[in-house]
Amino acid sequence: MVGLVIVSHSQKLAEGVRDLAAQMAAEVPIAVAGGTGDERIGTDANKIIAGIKEVYSEDGVLIIFDLGSAYLNAEMAIEFLEDEMKEKTEIIDVAFVEGTVMAAVLSSVGKKRQEMKEELKELCVGKMP
Amino acid sequence: MSINGHKVINIMDKIADAMEENKLYLTELDAAIGDGDHGLNMSKGFQAVKEKLKEDEETNIGEILKKTGMTLVSNVGGASGPLYGTAFMKAGMEVNGKEEINIADFERMLKAALDGIKLRGKAERNDKTMIDAIEPALNAVSNAIRQELSPKDVLKAAADAANEGVAFTKEIVARKGRASYLGERSIGHQDPGATSSALIFDIIYKEL
Ligand SMILES: [Mg+2]
Repeated sequence: MVGLVIVSHSQKLAEGVRDLAAQMAAEVPIAVAGGTGDERIGTDANKIIAGIKEVYSEDGVLIIFDLGSAYLNAEMAIEFLEDEMKEKTEIIDVAFVEGTVMAAVLSSVGKKRQEMKEELKELCVGKMP
Repeated sequence: MSINGHKVINIMDKIADAMEENKLYLTELDAAIGDGDHGLNMSKGFQAVKEKLKEDEETNIGEILKKTGMTLVSNVGGASGPLYGTAFMKAGMEVNGKEEINIADFERMLKAALDGIKLRGKAERNDKTMIDAIEPALNAVSNAIRQELSPKDVLKAAADAANEGVAFTKEIVARKGRASYLGERSIGHQDPGATSSALIFDIIYKEL
């Protein structure tokens, strides 16, 4: 199964969205990376790296982010990964709540990363810079 | 004129002090058009850098800048973390292995830093970001070097151009970051990221 990492400026927001997705697809590995290292509003590349490692498998990982710096830090996090993990980890541009739920469902039915990305295009909101 | 690693660390300390002193100012600028965390973010980030480099005997300037960048990435929190982090890491790569740098190195470092920021933020000049301070500063450095001005005057030209760039950000609409949600309403406010960049150029000029 493709693992998911939810990156949000707020840990509560990330956990809330994970709870929603888990209702539909409890078996999917979902990590949250919310807030800064010292628990403020913001994002943290180190937390994102830890999240990727937590849910990584050969099927790879998709990262879903809320806005702004979440994307920059997610990109930064991917750059710090070892090559194999780096190739199989991607950031997607989707509506934060709907996209996470749909991604979890798609992963739970065994879709591959590429297929998931294709299907999730309909929820693209154009927030990647 | 050339400077060594010790001096570079000293400059980082002074930048940390300047961010601390301007914490409220940067936060107010950010509160007007963004999320109001830029002062705290920058001061936290550079305090962590100061702490990290304290009593560091490192002489490789590339390594010092890499440590600075990594520390900023881990401690800033907002978009400025990955952006300034990338800038310092890219600048460091330009001078890796060097124990002394001169004004020509500074020009190359600045160019690498600016390219890194543009790539990371997918932003260009006139988007109302730190690029509006840094790109004019780089151009001023290149011109001043071509005119064979003294290194001190080169750095003064950089600081002046950066500050003019900051003033110009008041005139334009934000197209990146949280401020972009404000659209036209962002006009009249200066960009906090450009402001913190200009502060850094001020310190580099003053300290050399
Ligand atoms: Mg901010």
